[in-house]
Amino acid sequence: MDKATFPRGIHPPENKEGTSDKPLVPLPPPEKVVIPLLQHFGCAAAPLVKKGQDVFLGQKIGEAKTHFSAHVHASVSGRVLSVEDYNHCSGYPVLAVTIANDGKDQMAPETDGAVDPFSLSPEEIRQKVREAGIVGLGGAAFPTAVKLSPPKDKHIDTLIINGCECEPLLTADYRQMLEYPEAIIKGAELARVAVGARRTLIGIEDNKGDAASILSEHSDHFPAAIRLLKTKYPQGAEKNLIYALLRREVPRGGLPFDVGVVVQNVGTVKAIWEAVSAGKPLYERAVTVAGNGIREPRNIWARIGTPSQTAVDFCGGLIGDVNTIIVGGPMMGIAQWSLDVPIVKGTSGILAWRTSAPAAEHPCIRCARCIEHCPMGLSPTQLAKFIQFEKWEQAEKWGALDCVECGCCQYICPSKIPLVHWLRLGKNKISRAKRKKSDRP
Amino acid sequence: MVRVIIALLPACLAALYFFRLRALALIVVCIIACLTTEAIFLWARKKPLSPLLDGSAIITGLLLAMTLPPSFPLSSAAIGAVVSIALGKQIFGGLGHNVFNPALVGRAFLATAFPVSITTWLPPATLKVDMATFATPLGNLKFQEAVAHGTLTPLQDLFLGNVGGCIGETSAIALLLGGIYLLSKRTIDWRIPLGITLALVIFTGAFWLADPIRYASPLFHLLAGGFLLGAIYMATDMVTSPVTAPATWVYAVGIGFVTGLIRVVGGYPEGVMYSILLMNAFVPLLNIFIRPRILGQRKKEK
Repeated sequence: MDKATFPRGIHPPENKEGTSDKPLVPLPPPEKVVIPLLQHFGCAAAPLVKKGQDVFLGQKIGEAKTHFSAHVHASVSGRVLSVEDYNHCSGYPVLAVTIANDGKDQMAPETDGAVDPFSLSPEEIRQKVREAGIVGLGGAAFPTAVKLSPPKDKHIDTLIINGCECEPLLTADYRQMLEYPEAIIKGAELARVAVGARRTLIGIEDNKGDAASILSEHSDHFPAAIRLLKTKYPQGAEKNLIYALLRREVPRGGLPFDVGVVVQNVGTVKAIWEAVSAGKPLYERAVTVAGNGIREPRNIWARIGTPSQTAVDFCGGLIGDVNTIIVGGPMMGIAQWSLDVPIVKGTSGILAWRTSAPAAEHPCIRCARCIEHCPMGLSPTQLAKFIQFEKWEQAEKWGALDCVECGCCQYICPSKIPLVHWLRLGKNKISRAKRKKSDRP
Repeated sequence: MVRVIIALLPACLAALYFFRLRALALIVVCIIACLTTEAIFLWARKKPLSPLLDGSAIITGLLLAMTLPPSFPLSSAAIGAVVSIALGKQIFGGLGHNVFNPALVGRAFLATAFPVSITTWLPPATLKVDMATFATPLGNLKFQEAVAHGTLTPLQDLFLGNVGGCIGETSAIALLLGGIYLLSKRTIDWRIPLGITLALVIFTGAFWLADPIRYASPLFHLLAGGFLLGAIYMATDMVTSPVTAPATWVYAVGIGFVTGLIRVVGGYPEGVMYSILLMNAFVPLLNIFIRPRILGQRKKEK
């Protein structure tokens, strides 16, 4: 098998050995779950339940009112304690439904699967995916039903399944590929039918060769092929993955639809299979709990809404003088100020470690390492300068909005300049100004 | 930056060997003057003094000393060092903000302010000749028609450093050793020395092939004068060189071409300093007009 890759990028230490041989184990549902109504890209779901109401496991408790949104379901059965704002790993409080777990895991009566999932039409598959509230489980949490609905004028020829898991430390996707290869392959087939693609390509980094061979054993009867990719960060970034596998470039500001491609994460297609074949809504996900601040790092199936503290306690608690908690991967995850944040659909990892105080920042000496390594072909140091001096127009012209915040530039910067911080700030300011402009009549 | 200092050590030792205490005095004076100037500016700008330890002022002082003749007065050398840091670096905002290579700014200032001292050469101590003045290999070439008279400096002497010249530029082997170290550590961009070398070889080679009686060979040009010092240690300064690979090629070829032009056609025997300063001036433009291609950018989109 050939090993495709994309230009530039970095190769940080993988550090996956702490959890790569730890099978996924179910985390016992906590006494109380806090389920935010915004766990995805787009608009928050509207609450369907009230304080004091009893809910079933898997019952829809938040409804997507717009296209770019996703339903939210109860992850335990029990009584609703409150519907109010709560901590969220994004850093902003979000309206959330708190449910006291009755410990019975009583399923909602209406849940049922399709008799033969492969006889369903694309629209029926999309409908079931939408009902199950599935979002991209790689971390970006884009509503999956939207991704499965290509515009009429875009012909999709290839579905890409993203099994790269290029973030260091994380192994939850890897474990899913080893333990649920059949569900992943079948879910991928359903996604392929839904988008009308001719073939499926499954991209896996070459540090997970065993996952690749297990998946290929199961893919015989489907138009699916496994492609080994070089282990490099960010191999799993959507646009880079498409380029690595197909040598197609998603146009600036465009979507994979524009080059006839849809990308889905391995965990997402597994959820699609369970939703379509068994009617199971997305109320749990695979999470890697790792880092040298965790006593017993492991991979867990966590109910959505479980406090991060519960997951950490299940893994033996914190050790050492932990001063850094990250939700997500070490490169793109979000630092937390508390473990009192619920696990959401986009939580791929909970990481804890001790870092020395951040190294002092030095002036940029234009060594150009950030340019050399930017997977998007940007000039991070120049963009950061434009943004520092509030030159929004130039920053946009030089591609600030093309930044995917992968963090390669900041990782490689010898002067320790917080480049991603500046780019995030700039992207935020530029898109806000754009929105204001378009709001004006 | 520590690596650049390490890489310059062989050349420093060669300077001490060939020019003895004069070399030592120049190096010490330039470094101390650079550090003092840097400290005064940082204090006046109410900045922390920690950048003193980043090594950049030491490198500037060291490089400036390397480009001075052994007989150069120490007081003038100190003035050059002050100009390097003050006008070459701090006035732009300190490390990372300067347009021109600071050491060469100081050198250019001295070349204009003290035109006689900076073109007065002593023979290396190893030659055991008692002469008040001595010609550099390039001076010999330019003003004595050395090729025609067959008195061109032998390549072997150029290689070892047994010739007249600025204290740090004479020994090609010492400079190459440091250059290999820097390339192996990827501290400097290989495109710069390679591009400069190719351009100089092609330019001087064309003249040499046309008339080998009048013009020196490209190999002579590569080993003589400040070429290696400039191509390996000065043109490669990250701050004053371009950020993208294509722009770096333009910059490097430009330096090699202008160096050849000055040496062969121009009025000075040596052109490395002015060619680097000239191309430094183009770097901001190169950085704007030669940008990396953004993934998904259409061909005509700018």
